[in-house]
Amino acid sequence: MKMELIQPFINAADAVLSQGLKSPMVVGNLAMEREAYRRKGVAAVVQLTGDIEGRVIFDLAPKTAAEVASHFAGTELPETDDLVREAVCELANQVIGNAVATLNDQGFHFRVHPPELHTSDDGPTSTEDTEALVLCFETASGNVFMNIALRYAHKAAAAGA
Amino acid sequence: MEQFVPIKRSKDGQPVRYLIVDDSVFARKNLGRIIETFGGQVAGEAGDGLTAITEYERIKPDIVLMDITMPQMEGIEAAEKIVQQNPDARVVMVSSVGYQENIVAALQRGARHFVQKPVKPEVLYEVIKYVLGEDGALVSAAGAGA
Repeated sequence: MKMELIQPFINAADAVLSQGLKSPMVVGNLAMEREAYRRKGVAAVVQLTGDIEGRVIFDLAPKTAAEVASHFAGTELPETDDLVREAVCELANQVIGNAVATLNDQGFHFRVHPPELHTSDDGPTSTEDTEALVLCFETASGNVFMNIALRYAHKAAAAGA
Repeated sequence: MEQFVPIKRSKDGQPVRYLIVDDSVFARKNLGRIIETFGGQVAGEAGDGLTAITEYERIKPDIVLMDITMPQMEGIEAAEKIVQQNPDARVVMVSSVGYQENIVAALQRGARHFVQKPVKPEVLYEVIKYVLGEDGALVSAAGAGA
């Protein structure tokens, strides 16, 4: 997976989390993963189709999600299941939307699908072509994990031919 | 949360009525809270473009805040249909997917403005003032009810 695809997501996560939490965040562990995705807490997945295709997963511990939601809302919010799930989906939507805006302005065209909750414990196994990059963003509210598996669509088509 | 000088309707001094359209309940509630700091009133909510069209006809809001990426019908298409039926409708797109192509498409199809998520209240406030134009009036606390 090319860094040119990843960097906009890191920049967008930095911008959205720093603004929402009103404190800086640090990019912590970074690892490539070919094993099946294992959910850590409350996770939202967003699918991308077009010139670039694949998926991005956002994953937060429920307590972290509640804290992040409270910061984003500007008021203390209770740690209810619905709220936590909604907050994670909206966070994913904002980060991915901002990253996609950058990539689109670079000439890539694709469609972002609405975020969906990732409820199973395991996700699909990554392939050589869609090896996932797992990033951990360390924030004052806890760790936010982003799992990115993207590829150029023409490569995908060629591989399947 | 920061408070702003309330924006009221010029014609009757009543709060500006908003229709908030977003598939995320969390995002709708957040926008609702921001609008309240502007002195506005959430007249209705919708979670997709199709419902937004129905809700617009039912409540006839002063302003629609419309997300783009939604199930069933996306925001740009819904904005276009609302404006076709109601040429005076004021639709402001509020989306994280703020790339040039999307912004131009939204404006060409009837939206009045575009606000990037995450929403900065001070940015949305200025956009609302601009979109309302002479139909909106700033009413300071001292002048309220005058």
